[in-house]
Amino acid sequence: MATVRLSDVRKSFGSVETIKGVDIEIGDGEFVVFVGPSGCGKSTLLRMIAGLEDITSGTVEIDGQVVNDIEPKDRGIAMVFQTYAIFPHMTVRENVAFGLTIKGAPKEEKERRVAEAARILQMEHLLDRRPSELSGGQRQRVAIGRAIVRDPKVFLFDEPLSNLDAALRMDMRMEIGKLHQSLKASMIYVTHDQVEAMTLADRIVVLKDGKVMQAGPPMDLYHEPANLFVAGFLGAPSMNFIPVNVDGVDGDHVTISSPSVDRMTVRGRGREFTVGQTATLGVRPQYIRAAAGTDGMLHGHVELTERLGSETVVDVALPTGGKIIAALPEDRILAHGSEASFEFDPSQAHLFPEVER
Amino acid sequence: MALVTKENAGLRLVTRYAVLTLVALVFAFPLVFMIISSLKPDQQLLQDTSSLRAFLPVGDISLDNYRAAFDRAPIGRFMLNSIFVTIVTVSMSVAICSLAAFAFVYMKWSGRDAALSIVLATLIIPFETIAVPLLLMVSRLPWIGVEGVEWGWLNTYRVQIVPWIVDALTVFLFVQYFKDLPRELIEAARAEGASWFQVYRRVVMPLSGPVLATAVILKSLKMYNEQYLWPLIVVQDEAHRPIMVGLGYFFQLNVAWGELMAYLTLISVPVLVFYLILQRAFIASIASTGVKG
Repeated sequence: MATVRLSDVRKSFGSVETIKGVDIEIGDGEFVVFVGPSGCGKSTLLRMIAGLEDITSGTVEIDGQVVNDIEPKDRGIAMVFQTYAIFPHMTVRENVAFGLTIKGAPKEEKERRVAEAARILQMEHLLDRRPSELSGGQRQRVAIGRAIVRDPKVFLFDEPLSNLDAALRMDMRMEIGKLHQSLKASMIYVTHDQVEAMTLADRIVVLKDGKVMQAGPPMDLYHEPANLFVAGFLGAPSMNFIPVNVDGVDGDHVTISSPSVDRMTVRGRGREFTVGQTATLGVRPQYIRAAAGTDGMLHGHVELTERLGSETVVDVALPTGGKIIAALPEDRILAHGSEASFEFDPSQAHLFPEVER
Repeated sequence: MALVTKENAGLRLVTRYAVLTLVALVFAFPLVFMIISSLKPDQQLLQDTSSLRAFLPVGDISLDNYRAAFDRAPIGRFMLNSIFVTIVTVSMSVAICSLAAFAFVYMKWSGRDAALSIVLATLIIPFETIAVPLLLMVSRLPWIGVEGVEWGWLNTYRVQIVPWIVDALTVFLFVQYFKDLPRELIEAARAEGASWFQVYRRVVMPLSGPVLATAVILKSLKMYNEQYLWPLIVVQDEAHRPIMVGLGYFFQLNVAWGELMAYLTLISVPVLVFYLILQRAFIASIASTGVKG
């Protein structure tokens, strides 16, 4: 186990800077998830920690030692790839033992550790098979087994579940979670799937365009997103954004209005607003409730209703042309095109000084 | 569009086999003629050429031509020379060219792309243009052997081997193949603690069977079948003479046609054996590279 510290890490490919000064500290035994849209630089950052990409500037430290110029093999890391990257010409046993074979570990030790990894991952019966005889989930198990046996300081996962189908992805996600609990090792996990990020992470780092947008425990990011991007990225369905005018500012209380929303006062959460500016009101779909008659704060026409049994997801077209989504916690039938009114607790709403795009 | 019935499917099959058989015969005729003629005395050989008897083992059949050919020239020696030079050159070639390609594809070093371009550019230089400068060079090169330092490489095996070990085509074949191997496998091996050489030996080469077969086949055929000009100018003694230069020498001895056919049959045997062993890989290599052996 070890700590990992990235200080002002930058990466350029030619004249294009893809990582623009990242500072992250990962504690001993912590499970940190890098999440962000495609091209945000999360995989590049992971590969820089692994030593598979050069660092243009800044420093990467593992266990207090700067590893910028240290070969991947000497960094004490183990990496699990999206495409599994298990060696097709070796059996599962040889694949899992690869790192130990390279290190010249004694045969008894190799056998013991491979057996231990196989037991943890429940793949004892697969050890003498070739990768071509395995399913996707089994292959990913082998890749994780190969990482476990080396007892690395840091585990690096690069979108390990992306190639699996939905059901298997959930199983493997739980297994990785359990693995972290039992090994208590430092793990860095890259994904674009926010469900993986929310369920696995001790701490999430949200990246966009090579910069850290926000870092913190999943629930902190969910309840207190630092900006519009994080607010929109985490949570499913995504947070609703409604453009509003700032009518008054009283300390941390901001009065807003818009043709789509009734005038109300929301918390500014420490952000600066000035009267007259345009801002963005963010409300999570789960916090929106159907109102009786036309008593609600939000009014619009029902465009689509998705009945999921335990909840009903409603697409509502606002009179201003925008759209919001309400995730109602009950099975409900709303006729297409019908007028509907919704309400929410203003204390659960977020107000951002930025305007969406 | 006509319906494919069982009847015309059968007809198609028959037509296909007939055409293929005809093509096979066209290619097999010279080979059959050579082997059959090597068993006949000259007088009968010349008489038979005007009829189908030329392709049939009829009349005065014997191995006399082979005996005579062996008496006239050290054919066995020539053949062993060629086989030895081919095996050593091909082994060293695949080892060194694959290592070079590995460095070109996977390792980062300044000037890498320029170096690869220069190597590949040598593909367009015909050997004839560098033959004379190369001759001057090898005639003055030192060699440290068991008897101390010698000067000049003429009339040796090494002069037939060393200049042919590295060639742009073999490097190119490996470069193209390595580029198509999943990069994650190499990165996984690196992350697992493997050195560059261990990645090469334990991951890349075990996965390179198809390109190894292609490189071995193309290089072997070149070394055995096509090595003529270079050994002709650098090897004058019989002890190191390869089989193809030996053929020219043999022809100058005013031998009988039957003896010549016997010589040609003998030098074809290693190639045929080589082909039969690697038949599957041979066809795959031609199909995958578009390069004719």
